Amino acid sequence: MTDHFLSPLPVHPTSLHRLSWRNLLRHALQNFALNTLIAVVLWAGSSHHNFDVQWVYSQAIGMSIWLIIDGGRFVVDRNSPIGWPRGWRGLALVAFGIVAGCVLGTLVGDVYAQQSSFERIFANGKSAASVFLVTLAMGGIISYHYYVAGKSAYFQAEHAAIQGHAAEAQLKLLQSQLEPHMLFNTLANLRVLINADPVRATQMLDRLINYLRATLSASRATTHSLSAEFDRLRDYLDLMAVRMGPRLHTSLELPDELRDLPVPPLLLQPLVENSIKHGLEPSVTGGEIRVRAYRRAGTLTLEVIDTGVGLGDQPIQETGFGLTQVRERLATAYGAQAALELLANHPVGAMTRITIPVQP
Amino acid sequence: MSPTPTALIAEDEPLLAAALQSELAQAWPELKVLAVVGDGASAVTQALALKPDVLFFDIRMPGISGLDAAAELADQWHSDTKSGPPFPALVFVTAYDQYAVQAFEAQAMDYLLKPIQTARLQKTVSKVQLALANRAQAATKLVACSGSDDPPTDAQLETTLAQLRQLLVAVPGPKAGSSSATAIGPLKVIQASVGNAIRMVPVDDITYFEAADKYVRVLTANQQGQHEYLIRTPLKELLPQLDAQIFWQVHRGTVVRACTIDAVSRDEMGKLWLQLRGRPEKLSVSRLYAHLFKAM
Repeated sequence: MTDHFLSPLPVHPTSLHRLSWRNLLRHALQNFALNTLIAVVLWAGSSHHNFDVQWVYSQAIGMSIWLIIDGGRFVVDRNSPIGWPRGWRGLALVAFGIVAGCVLGTLVGDVYAQQSSFERIFANGKSAASVFLVTLAMGGIISYHYYVAGKSAYFQAEHAAIQGHAAEAQLKLLQSQLEPHMLFNTLANLRVLINADPVRATQMLDRLINYLRATLSASRATTHSLSAEFDRLRDYLDLMAVRMGPRLHTSLELPDELRDLPVPPLLLQPLVENSIKHGLEPSVTGGEIRVRAYRRAGTLTLEVIDTGVGLGDQPIQETGFGLTQVRERLATAYGAQAALELLANHPVGAMTRITIPVQP
Repeated sequence: MSPTPTALIAEDEPLLAAALQSELAQAWPELKVLAVVGDGASAVTQALALKPDVLFFDIRMPGISGLDAAAELADQWHSDTKSGPPFPALVFVTAYDQYAVQAFEAQAMDYLLKPIQTARLQKTVSKVQLALANRAQAATKLVACSGSDDPPTDAQLETTLAQLRQLLVAVPGPKAGSSSATAIGPLKVIQASVGNAIRMVPVDDITYFEAADKYVRVLTANQQGQHEYLIRTPLKELLPQLDAQIFWQVHRGTVVRACTIDAVSRDEMGKLWLQLRGRPEKLSVSRLYAHLFKAM
């Protein structure tokens, strides 16, 4: 209803007020036009008033109802995301607004018409009841209209925000995977091998092609098999092995019976990259990366273990982009049933462990 | 310049190191590569031991980076002998470092991009050859008219020091690049763990920070006396959060509160030492930051 409710992001207070005032004015004008319309209809139907009197009553009652309900929204449930008090409070506000607005508006109208409607109501209850029913119906319809409009605007804004968020995450994912430093260093190695060892150059190029293809299309598939996941890790680690030479040793352990289990594509990739980047690359002597999968009862465990410089000399970077992204993907795919842990490896290095549920 | 020009290559990827060596053999046949090392610390020790004419330093290397290695080397360069060979010509090598490349351009520093392309390498070689020739000429001139007792100033070293100072500020470490610690503003307190508790150490009490292996030592002095705390935040991450007017970096591993410096003295080796108020330690000033201490 009011724009500032639509955004889940914090809104600056001054912009919030400005938006509110603009909306308030818009609502007032709409209400004014509607009241005039009601006055015309009632007057043309069966009125014993002059048009000006009918019009003043309509405006007074309509405006009172509107002011009580529109203003009441802020008092009753200020933080409601849909711009309308949630649940029974919304209904109660409308009911109260209509009754109180009727009384207040009639009193104002009476001042203009110099009469007392309440005396006449006691004299002729039937006509008073019909006036009240019209007001109740109109007030209900209008309130419902605003309620629906506010809610749909809220959902639209939320939808847009989620889409924007997803696009941003996608971009960051691509940037982190196609890290230029890695890419150019790999190309530099390739350039050397083309002359020195064409056979190895071809193998390396094939690895790079696989790696690029997987990275660029990973976001589209929701799952692939664990064996495909390990193949992609092998591509990446082989590329790194050419670059790092004897400083990198790798071992991938995937039991045959787990080969076909589905996992989100390139789930382990950021963990292996972290092991290289934060564990082995900073180490003068290098070390080993071990990736293994095993299953116990209803849980699949995936571990990335390195013997690099470890976590000791720096605060554990739980907030790094790689880990955050893996955590988010796990939450999306498995909810609270999956877990990601970052641990120290003994005697040296670090280990990340993912546990995900599998059908027994 | 020695009769045969000599070089040292520091590159952690073995294939790329070998390739640079063979490309250099084509582009500069007379150049003799004295050693190839794979990490920053070895680069410093080997360069000090072999005293080559040209250094090719990769930027991202295990241990200390190529930039830090160059700074360390400049600091230690012939501090043992007063008139050794001049500081080598420095060429940095990088695959992709946005900030580094911008800084190299700004500082007119020689650099090569990986994959190294033949034409570009040829150009760099010509530049280095010219620099070495100019230097040899200047050295002959200096010897010819050396009437004074002053040791010849190493102009090459001074230029390199100035360039490195700028580079070290402009190029963030591989990890610091993504963090936005700089936006937070100056730190007011340091949180240091002491046993199971966290001590809140007011920055106003701190005399200096000193990097020590895996920790940073935080040394304080106030009316209650002197204390020492250990924190895990690396000095590189801490530095952007300190007010540069108040805390001066005087060494790769030392940042000191300027107004606690009592006196600056020069020893017989030409090294600067700081005497502090309120603390007994004497701090050494790296050559990189010696320009901060000049009589007004």
